Amino acid sequence: MQQFPCPFCGLRDEREFHFAGEAGKPRPDTTQPISDADWAKYLFYCANAKGASHEVWVHTTCQEYFVMTRDTVTMAVLGTHALHEVPA
Amino acid sequence: MTHYSAFSVFRHALRGNKTWGRAWRDPEPKASYDVVIVGGGGHGLATAYYLAKEHGITNVAVIEKGWLGGGNTGRNTTIVRSNYMMPGNTMFYERSMKLWENLSQDLNYNVMISQRGQYNLCHSPGQMDAARRRGNVMRANGIDAELFDRAEVRRRLPYLDYTENARFPIHGAIYQSRAGTARHDAVAWGFARGADRRGVDILQQREVTGYLWEGGRIVGVQTNRGDIRAGKVGLCVAGHSGHLARMAGLRLPIETHSLQAFVTEPYKPLVDTVISFGAAHFYISQSDKGGLVLGGDLDMYNSYAQRGGLPIVEHTLASAKALMPSVSRLKLLRHWAGVMDMSMDGSPFIAKTPVDGLYLNGGWCYGGFKATPASGWCFAHTIARDAPHADNAEFTLNRFERGYQIDEKGMGPKPNAH
Ligand SMILES: Cc1cc2nc3c(=O)[nH]c(=O)nc-3n(C[C@H](O)[C@H](O)[C@H](O)COP(=O)(O)OP(=O)(O)OC[C@H]3O[C@@H](n4cnc5c(N)ncnc54)[C@H](O)[C@@H]3O)c2cc1C
Ligand SMILES: [Zn+2]
Repeated sequence: MQQFPCPFCGLRDEREFHFAGEAGKPRPDTTQPISDADWAKYLFYCANAKGASHEVWVHTTCQEYFVMTRDTVTMAVLGTHALHEVPA
Repeated sequence: MTHYSAFSVFRHALRGNKTWGRAWRDPEPKASYDVVIVGGGGHGLATAYYLAKEHGITNVAVIEKGWLGGGNTGRNTTIVRSNYMMPGNTMFYERSMKLWENLSQDLNYNVMISQRGQYNLCHSPGQMDAARRRGNVMRANGIDAELFDRAEVRRRLPYLDYTENARFPIHGAIYQSRAGTARHDAVAWGFARGADRRGVDILQQREVTGYLWEGGRIVGVQTNRGDIRAGKVGLCVAGHSGHLARMAGLRLPIETHSLQAFVTEPYKPLVDTVISFGAAHFYISQSDKGGLVLGGDLDMYNSYAQRGGLPIVEHTLASAKALMPSVSRLKLLRHWAGVMDMSMDGSPFIAKTPVDGLYLNGGWCYGGFKATPASGWCFAHTIARDAPHADNAEFTLNRFERGYQIDEKGMGPKPNAH
């Protein structure tokens, strides 16, 4: 199995992780009216990068969400950081 | 070019089979075409074939970065069926089934369509209700569907697990008798030969790396072996839809995922049909060479690698064992993966894009092999007429902002859930 680095627990078996979605995609402010196009952009449209991809993952054993950057062609992990940290 | 027939087989055999010509040319590209199709899988080749056959547009090139059918067309588990119930899907897939039924004759190429039937197993009363509803929608649209109870499934498929230990008890199944399998490579080759015979240029080993633009309109493609101009450009690149759309400045409601398939060592005839497990994403059939063909779930995270991860190997084989305990001693011979264009509602796109001159055929998810003939037929119509046919009218890109998703499974905007 591949191992992924949880920023809190270190290297763990990939089966302990779950892919949650694309990173850096804030939910629109729902207290204001949102156009159908903007709402659709948030819900449905994605970067789907070939190569370096920034993603939110959850480590199901510690229940922490974090950002992982992976290469979607080679499967190499390029870095991880906690959700609240801004990457260097 | 030879017309294939029993007579031609006989005639060439008498000459030691040394006189067969090539099935399609390997031409030098022209500077310009009316239509350039990117992607030489089944969908791209079928589009070129129907552009020529149905619309008389023969100044067409199909550009493929590798070899014909080397993408998902040559990697899939070849199941063909038309058991869809959402408006927009139902009649599209039934058009495909009808084209399949006559495809070998139409192409003069044996695509080995085998209507061996397909069972979707149900493992709960709720699944039986859902199957009954699906079957009713199919029959109301003139598509064959039958609902079987447990006893009938047991009579027909005695080798599944009906013991008290079965992890997921079988309650029944919905069955489509016209469903089955086809020979995947032959589909690519048959459409390639048919298109080539009508004048289409098939250009292999040539990768599209960008577009030619004139005043905001796409007027051709850049490739790693030179530019080619085109009146219209059609994308049929499966898992690379998002990648080629991005080169045109578009984002798509598509994520690219890898899907694996497996073949066991050859075995005596055992599974004479196609069986889909209802408790997990798993299905099984048997190839003409005897290998059991197994398909499973996505790796569940974005991937452009044509190989899959080990957790799914384990999951698929566990599903096989849960459904059909007797397979446990068979050895796996091969497994591989293809990169899939998973759309956000599980349904495809055959549409003009917001960019002038660019047309999209994509978002086929797990199920685009069965769609191949109708996909080519409808995409050719859309490109030739600049308007969709009624059968692909719902496969638009803007259906998400309009709220008209075609979500067969009712799973919501999670592509890996479909
Ligand atoms: C493991 C697996 C099992 C499946 N099982 C089934 C099944 O049982 N039934 C079913 O109906 N469907 C199934 N599918 C889905 C089905 O295989 C696909 O939806 C279908 O084959 C897509 O056909 P296509 O012609 O669009 O894509 P492809 O055959 O993938 O063709 C796209 C082509 O575009 C080329 N290309 C990409 N980028 C470029 C570029 N920049 N320049 C030039 N060329 C490019 C690629 O090399 C490729 O040959 C399965 C898929 C997989 C992976
Ligand atoms: Zn952790």
